Amino acid sequence: MIQYIEQILPALLSGTKMTLSIFFWTLIASIPLGALVGLGLIQRFKPLVWLLNIYVWLMRGTPLLLQLIFVFYGLPILGIIFQRYDAALFAFILNYTAYFGEIFRGGFQSVPKGQFESARVLRLSYGQTIRKIVIPQVFKIVLPSIGNEVINLVKDSSLVYVIGLGDLLRAGNVATARDVTLLPLILVGIIYLALTAVCTIVLKLIEKRENIWQ
Amino acid sequence: MLEIKNLTKRFGNKTVIDDLSMTVKDNEIMAIVGPSGAGKTMLLRCITGLESANQGTFFWNGNQFDPTNTDQKDTIIGIVFQDYQLFPNLTVMGNITLAPTMVKKLPLDQVKQTARDLLGRLGLDGKEDLYPFQLSGGQKQRVAIVRALAMNPKILCYDEPTSALDPALRDEVAEIILDLKKQKMTQIVVTHDMDFAQNVADEIKRVEQID
Repeated sequence: MIQYIEQILPALLSGTKMTLSIFFWTLIASIPLGALVGLGLIQRFKPLVWLLNIYVWLMRGTPLLLQLIFVFYGLPILGIIFQRYDAALFAFILNYTAYFGEIFRGGFQSVPKGQFESARVLRLSYGQTIRKIVIPQVFKIVLPSIGNEVINLVKDSSLVYVIGLGDLLRAGNVATARDVTLLPLILVGIIYLALTAVCTIVLKLIEKRENIWQ
Repeated sequence: MLEIKNLTKRFGNKTVIDDLSMTVKDNEIMAIVGPSGAGKTMLLRCITGLESANQGTFFWNGNQFDPTNTDQKDTIIGIVFQDYQLFPNLTVMGNITLAPTMVKKLPLDQVKQTARDLLGRLGLDGKEDLYPFQLSGGQKQRVAIVRALAMNPKILCYDEPTSALDPALRDEVAEIILDLKKQKMTQIVVTHDMDFAQNVADEIKRVEQID
């Protein structure tokens, strides 16, 4: 059995690399973008808020699987052609930005108005206030919800199989079908658990660091 | 000298401040007293520029200024809020140095030195690295005073400075206010506490609710 594991492990690890790459780049892009969307959602300029609400509704209201298919197979009809990997990243970033945007909106709304006023009387600009006072407070507030989405993203990344990308789950599936054994999928499960365990630990460490103030 | 002329503030058809004029002389303490709902806090919010007045003009030493304009060169008004509104994510030192370094672009070392002097004067030695949640109510208030003073305002305002404090601390605030007066700080104190007002104020302005 050890021999068999050794035999399929390279394929699984290469799949893991794809999974991690989707995971990593989606987070890097969609957390800051989500913060911007969240900030947009609390503005008084109504057309912007409507636009963002429609975007959030579309992204949260349809399955991510459908969005992936649409970006890869549907957009070329409109003349927008993505490579498989770019299509996957584009769809994931669009989708996760919407979820993060809603989480950040809630975060921004829970910062007391007095904090903005206090900053204003000290003559800090809006940008300075957001950067130095609001964002740090929002970050602490949204951290647990962001953590949830991060863990979800590890597993959601398996949806990229639908546009033919070779991720961890697909690598396991291929081996299972070929060798008629469930062992590859058990390994896949263990690798997913290990990935989410690392995420959980990192999130806990960040939360702990944020706990020096209340 | 701060002069306010014909200040009126309305919300819809409800008039909160009706044609108010007042003068605050240099180095004096003006107390504004009156019952809840008389528009005391609203007056302070107009002076600090958090609300724009429907009518009225503000003059500092004879020069008209617009409190809502945050681009002006000097800080004229500083305020200590009723609930202090310290920034919970910053240390005491961070709270104090943020605005002077970012708005006035003063060097951090210099601002820190000023901050330490002020903290020492208000009995807050050694609290520089604590976060607001680690301070008592009275200490938070004094940090809020230092934070406002660090911007070097011409006038320092207080909104209900005694409302959240027990009686012993009430006397302490009075001492701080009177001490700042000795340092030639002009101050406006909004309070519903008549005894406190009589203790500290050179001049008391009474405001009443408008029917």
